[in-house]
Amino acid sequence: MAAAAAAPGPGSRPGDSPEGPEAEAPERRRKAHGMLKLYYGLSEGEAAGRPSGPDPLDPTDLNGAHFDPEVYLDKLRRECPLAQLMDSETDMVRQIRALDSDMQTLVYENYNKFISATDTIRKMKNDFRKMEDEMDRLATNMAVITDFSARISATLQDRHERITKLAGVHALLRKLQFLFELPSRLTKCVELGAYGQAVRYQGRARAVLQQYQHLPSFRAIQDDCQVITARLAQQLRQRFREGGSGAPEQAECVELLLALGEPAEELCEEFLAHARGRLEEELRSLEAELGPSPPAPDVLEFTDHGGSGFVGGLCQVAAAYQELFAAQGPAGAEKLAAFARELGSRYFALVERRLAQEQGSGDNSLLVRALDRFHRRLRAPGALLAAAGLAEAATEIVERVARERLGHHLQGLQAAFLGSLTDVRQALAAPRIAGKEGPGLAELLANVASSILSHIKASLASVHLFTAKEVSFSNKPYFRGEFCSQGVRESLIVGFIRSMCQTAQSFCDSPGEKGGATPPALLLLLSRLCLDYETATISYILTLTDEQFLVQDQSPVTPVSTLCAEARETARRLLTHYVKVQGLVISQMLRKSVETRDWLSTLEPRNVRAVMKRVVEDTTAIDVQVGLLYEEGVRKAQSSDSSKRTFSVYSSSRQQGRYAPSYTPSAPMDTNLLSNIQKLFSERIDVFSPVEFNKVSVLTGIIKISLKTLLECVRLRTFGRFGLQQVQVDCHFLQLYLWRFVADEELVHLLLDEVVASAALRCPDPVPMEPSVVEVICERG
Amino acid sequence: MEDDAPVIYGLEFQVHVIDFDDENNIINKTVLLHQAGEIWHISASPADRGVLATCYSQAADSKVVTCAAVWRMPAELEPGSQESPEDAASPAHALELLCLLEPAARGSTACVAWEPAGDGKRVVSLADSHILLWDLEGSSSQATLASSASLEGKGQLKFTTGRWSPHHNCSQVATANDTAIRGWDTRTMSQIYCIESAHGQLVRDLDFNPNKQYYLASCGDDCKVKFWDTRNVAEPVKTLEEHSHWVWNVRYNHSHDQLVLTGSSDSRVILSNMVSISSEPFGHLVDDDDLSDQEERRLEEKSQEPPQDSVIATYEEHEDSVYAVDWSSADPWLFASLSYDGRLVINRVPRALKYHILL
Repeated sequence: MAAAAAAPGPGSRPGDSPEGPEAEAPERRRKAHGMLKLYYGLSEGEAAGRPSGPDPLDPTDLNGAHFDPEVYLDKLRRECPLAQLMDSETDMVRQIRALDSDMQTLVYENYNKFISATDTIRKMKNDFRKMEDEMDRLATNMAVITDFSARISATLQDRHERITKLAGVHALLRKLQFLFELPSRLTKCVELGAYGQAVRYQGRARAVLQQYQHLPSFRAIQDDCQVITARLAQQLRQRFREGGSGAPEQAECVELLLALGEPAEELCEEFLAHARGRLEEELRSLEAELGPSPPAPDVLEFTDHGGSGFVGGLCQVAAAYQELFAAQGPAGAEKLAAFARELGSRYFALVERRLAQEQGSGDNSLLVRALDRFHRRLRAPGALLAAAGLAEAATEIVERVARERLGHHLQGLQAAFLGSLTDVRQALAAPRIAGKEGPGLAELLANVASSILSHIKASLASVHLFTAKEVSFSNKPYFRGEFCSQGVRESLIVGFIRSMCQTAQSFCDSPGEKGGATPPALLLLLSRLCLDYETATISYILTLTDEQFLVQDQSPVTPVSTLCAEARETARRLLTHYVKVQGLVISQMLRKSVETRDWLSTLEPRNVRAVMKRVVEDTTAIDVQVGLLYEEGVRKAQSSDSSKRTFSVYSSSRQQGRYAPSYTPSAPMDTNLLSNIQKLFSERIDVFSPVEFNKVSVLTGIIKISLKTLLECVRLRTFGRFGLQQVQVDCHFLQLYLWRFVADEELVHLLLDEVVASAALRCPDPVPMEPSVVEVICERG
Repeated sequence: MEDDAPVIYGLEFQVHVIDFDDENNIINKTVLLHQAGEIWHISASPADRGVLATCYSQAADSKVVTCAAVWRMPAELEPGSQESPEDAASPAHALELLCLLEPAARGSTACVAWEPAGDGKRVVSLADSHILLWDLEGSSSQATLASSASLEGKGQLKFTTGRWSPHHNCSQVATANDTAIRGWDTRTMSQIYCIESAHGQLVRDLDFNPNKQYYLASCGDDCKVKFWDTRNVAEPVKTLEEHSHWVWNVRYNHSHDQLVLTGSSDSRVILSNMVSISSEPFGHLVDDDDLSDQEERRLEEKSQEPPQDSVIATYEEHEDSVYAVDWSSADPWLFASLSYDGRLVINRVPRALKYHILL
């Protein structure tokens, strides 16, 4: 038992595969079991079935298999006392009795079953016996059948072979018949025009005829066939050459010809030649549409025609060619590509000519649609014939056209700008003739600004069509990147703003420096326009552009600040030039008035000279003009009663400063000394200095220029006593009216003082007029 | 070294001869009376330093007329011949009148120009719209009108200034009237070229490049200084816009013509270095034969730097408009400027630049 339990090994579990140790030594195991069983005298099943409990081999166990009544009785008699023996006996009797009754009951209970089982067994025995007989008979019958069958086969063998042979002959004969009938069939087919059928027949027969051509009869057939085939080929060629039929039919012809074994090379040439003929026809019709005199159909129609006629044809040709001559390999493909390239380039040339005619027109949407069609149509052959580079060429054309459009728009914008400037000029010129106020400068400025802005927006909108999603070429890299950033933003918008600044600046450099060429008001207006651009419009336009054309390109673009700086510089130059021009106008007036007058023999002044009034009037007019466009600006602080104060300061400075009682007027050195001392404490005046963007600064500039001119002119003349007094009166008058225009009224005092002092120096008999008289004259004037 | 810088101011109409002693930095002044009238223009004879010509105005019949005359300074007062102490109180000597350049009814004379390289015998004067060529004879005691020409055109044309070209055997004179500059041939007294509207406004002064033929500088009321090539007068060769008011004077340095001096009524004097259009565009040119290899290499280095036109210095010593500037005829590095308030300023070219030009 222990060995049996230990045998599978300590680690192995009941589920383990029994193959392990058992499979490797089943013999030995069985041997060991056998020896153990031998020792215990046990059968194998019982040894396994009863692992524990009372010793199964105990001969004294009543229920054991090895019970030995003699040993048991012996044991009982020896071991037990009488009483116990008696008990055992009764017990045993009782048990026997009980067993007997049990057995009886079982027998009774199962009697019927026993009976029927016995019957069944008996019946089965009978049946089996009968079946055995039947089987025997069957075996004998089968043997007989086999015998017969073998005999029949043997007798039929001969016939079967003959039938097979006959069937083969029949098939051969049918083929032969087909061959013999072939010429007539072919003829019939050719007559009927069923070329396809004919070619199929011919194809079927060709190999056989080829094989058996050494037999005279076959040869005859073959000859006939060849004749007919030749005729067929000829007819096919005829049809092919006539070319009237469309491309698909031609393709069919070529296919049949190929099937007839015509040389592919030659066919391919011919096919292409035919295709060329047809496509050239298309091109000619397109060219006719281009023609110089007849009103060309619009560009959309043109590209439609081109697309459906030429490009469609090219597609068909290419498709048919590739299907038919696929066997030709790369050489054939190359031929087709060259063919497509050549015709394509001619087509492109035509399209470009047509598009060039379109450059002048303003309608972008039509052009974009036409380009879209053009590009879209070329995608099919482009995909079919990648080697011909049609799609690339088409994209290139589209790009070129787009670039040209940008240039066109730039020109348009420039023209619009110049146009609006011309309008302004006219508006400025007109009211003067009519003698009444026309539209104000501010209004003109608003008009110009809005018209330029609307033109820019219109241009942007129409250029934007090129990048619309539904347009087939809008996702090309050029249109996604360079077109937006370099094209639209840089060359169109930035270019326009730059050219605008340049145009404006050119007014400053115009050779007519005398100011006759450009009306000063225009300069002023342009300067304000540029300033407005600097403050707001440029960044607005650029933001608008960047939004509309989501610029993805990383290439460097002009920053807003640079443009703004340019615009500001332009505005500054324009304004400075305006100051110069206006200053010059007034200076000329003053210069003429000083130079043409005979100051020595002039009479005692009775009133202010008319030219001074004119100067004040003009200055007021300029003040009004500038005030329309520019803000007031900052003045130096003044007391509330400026006019009075200035006057008193002015007259007293003249009275006590220049001609103070302690210095005689005839002591020029002293006066010089005084004026020098005074100058030491005053700042140097830059006459033609740059101006700031406000009214006061502009007016200050103009007045500075005018008064400096007056000063220099006075120094070149010699004055009589009354001449000096006239200058005194004039200067006082100017002082009365000019102080309010300038930023620093000290400046006016200084310059006018200088003028009077210079006049006094230039006077051999300097007797100044009484300030009160001067005042009276000025107030009267 | 001494400097001739006659100046006028005041009512007494004096000519001041100022000696500048460079070594001691001392200025001596000699006052000469000019009794004829107020002097508007003055020019010294190139041949005789005692002789000068003036244009002066005279009030006659309550009209101012400008005349021209040639004068001689008193012999003992000629510069360099005396070291008399400063004596302002002593009565000034008077100029000795040699001759009048007074044409009959020719109007006001604006300018007198001596023939630059001659023997002081030929003078051109500009009177209103006439250009007059005089021959001075008998040591300038007699002036005879050799030839004349007049401007013709609309309106009252008036010459403002003129300049005698030192080139072409001294046969050319340039004049300015209003905005135009004209060139004249003194042999035939005919116009050779005309720069219409050379400046936007009045042309104030002219000067010829002393070392480079055909080159002419002009300045005017448009605050600009322009340089012209008289062979092609359509466009100025160069334009300077440094001043902020009228430019009254422009002068080339006599020996280093890249140095250009301008004076303006913005009371500034500006010294410019116009290397690119000078006769020495690549620095001082020495004959190549004389150069050692080392020097040549240095010269090459120098010539590789592109010449830069630049403002060398702006002199702001004057408080009022500067009406005259000129270079010293003795020392090429010295110049003087005169302003309205009577201040005469003598300046030197900056030392660094001087050495740069010389070396």
